[in-house]
Amino acid sequence: MKISREDVLRVAELAYLELTPEEIETYQGQLDGILTYIEKLNELDVSSVEPMAQGLFKQPETTGAADAHPELREDVLCPADVSSAILSQAPDASAPFFRVPKVIER
Amino acid sequence: MSAAESWTIAGARSALEEKKVSARELASEFYRRIDKRNPELNAYLALSPERAYAQADRVDASIARGEVLPPLAGVPIAVKDVISTRGVRTTCGSKILETYVPPYDATAVERLENAGAVILGKTNCDEFAMGSSNENSAYGLVRNPVAPDRVPGGSSGGSAAVVAAGLAVASLGTDTGGSIRQPGALCGIPAMMPTYGRVSRYGLIAFASSLDKIGPFTTTVADTAAVMSVIAGHDPHDSTSAAVPVPNYSVEIEKPAAGLRIGVPQDYFGEGLDPEVKDKVEAGIALLESLGCKRIPLRMPNTDYATAVYYVIATAEASSNLARYDGVRYGVRVPGSTLIEMYRKTRERGFGPEVKRRIMLGTYVLSAGYYDAYYLRAQKIRSLIAGDFSDAFQKVDAIITPTSPTPAFRIGEKTADPLQMYLADIYTVTGSLAGVPGISVPCGKTRAGLPVGLQIFGPHFREERVLRIARAFEKAGGFTV
Repeated sequence: MKISREDVLRVAELAYLELTPEEIETYQGQLDGILTYIEKLNELDVSSVEPMAQGLFKQPETTGAADAHPELREDVLCPADVSSAILSQAPDASAPFFRVPKVIER
Repeated sequence: MSAAESWTIAGARSALEEKKVSARELASEFYRRIDKRNPELNAYLALSPERAYAQADRVDASIARGEVLPPLAGVPIAVKDVISTRGVRTTCGSKILETYVPPYDATAVERLENAGAVILGKTNCDEFAMGSSNENSAYGLVRNPVAPDRVPGGSSGGSAAVVAAGLAVASLGTDTGGSIRQPGALCGIPAMMPTYGRVSRYGLIAFASSLDKIGPFTTTVADTAAVMSVIAGHDPHDSTSAAVPVPNYSVEIEKPAAGLRIGVPQDYFGEGLDPEVKDKVEAGIALLESLGCKRIPLRMPNTDYATAVYYVIATAEASSNLARYDGVRYGVRVPGSTLIEMYRKTRERGFGPEVKRRIMLGTYVLSAGYYDAYYLRAQKIRSLIAGDFSDAFQKVDAIITPTSPTPAFRIGEKTADPLQMYLADIYTVTGSLAGVPGISVPCGKTRAGLPVGLQIFGPHFREERVLRIARAFEKAGGFTV
């Protein structure tokens, strides 16, 4: 097995997922199968390959000069009166706050 | 107007201009069809008649005043439920967003409405767009209108089904690894994934941000071009959207395809390809050759690694993007005595099995000790796959492949084994990783009557060339080859 029961529990903890005992067993088997398939990536020598971290591309030269993704816009303040619209979607709001269970012990 | 009448964008426009039908009557005809057929297909999750009729009335008023109509005036369109619609519930096919009503519209939706489109409602999809069969929706599976015992493909299964069944003239879907093109192929309609950055994603609820794209389903390639002309273009609200001029696709596509070099990579015709699909796609390529396209054999040697690369990168990005669903700001909350317990219970109850599986896999490949072995390695091989495409486009103008290795499979056939389901995307994930535009067009049917899709890839930002080949193929009868 590429992935142990302890690995599954550790990952679930990192991802804030509370799994049932059945889920732990199912996911262990399925993740093991998927990771075994992914092992094929080890067949290639990638020591001299640059990683592709994002998908932004230059436009083809035939369509004109400018960069497809110009400089980021300036960071300027502008009014955004949206707090009541946003809070209206919250399961437990007390304007202007979201309410959550107590996080600080006295 | 008969119930069986099939509508195109051009057809709707001339009927409105000639006052054979009003926009309100057209919308109401589509709602009648939906009432009749949707209980079987389960392709719509929410309808927005108030918004649709208000828009239809604006179009009718404009017609009455004799104004020049915008390009999609009165056209009934459906929107995948991962795309935000102001005031219309948007669930992403997930229980965790069961109560979510977006306070704003996605740019793509806003552009459709500004062009006169009538938004009928929201379409079912795999939960958070994760799936290849639409069996992962928390609100039930979608049936393929061509063969109701089979899946429509996924994840945009609802968007494909409503257009194929005549319950919308066009729809928006999203494509991360094949989620527009594959259901388009399985339901037998044109379905386009634009270049990464071509269509704004402002208001698209994120799955894998380096891969997600919005694109259209339609019944004709002329309609694909019409919708693309409206939704493409730079948007200051999306920093990944490209500032590249948008051609008038509707004009560009009428240029003949003769003389174009079409690359056929043998790597897409090997083991796992259904022989009937292969025969149809070969017949489709022969048809393009008869139109004057020059067939050029290709090798794209890293194709076989694409699915593995995709399921590392897409799940890693998903595990990060879906961290926001914690029961605090929107959607459903399951109470807990501590904050962490509330997060855990909310996510356990709110997410379905496939979403949890992908969050687990993505968290694992990003976790300490595994990052280099999985995530970094996958990003490097993504470079090699993108390199296969840029090398190919030195020699050819477009690449032709099958869209899906099989026609629509039976409901339940692949649900037990996630890896088998993932392999349904082997011919689509490559282009997703490379960020190039691609379309699936209908290419005949199998003996059992199941649609086959032919996929056309072009270089970055050359949607017009992809559409031009698709249009020539359509005009030459390729859809029924």
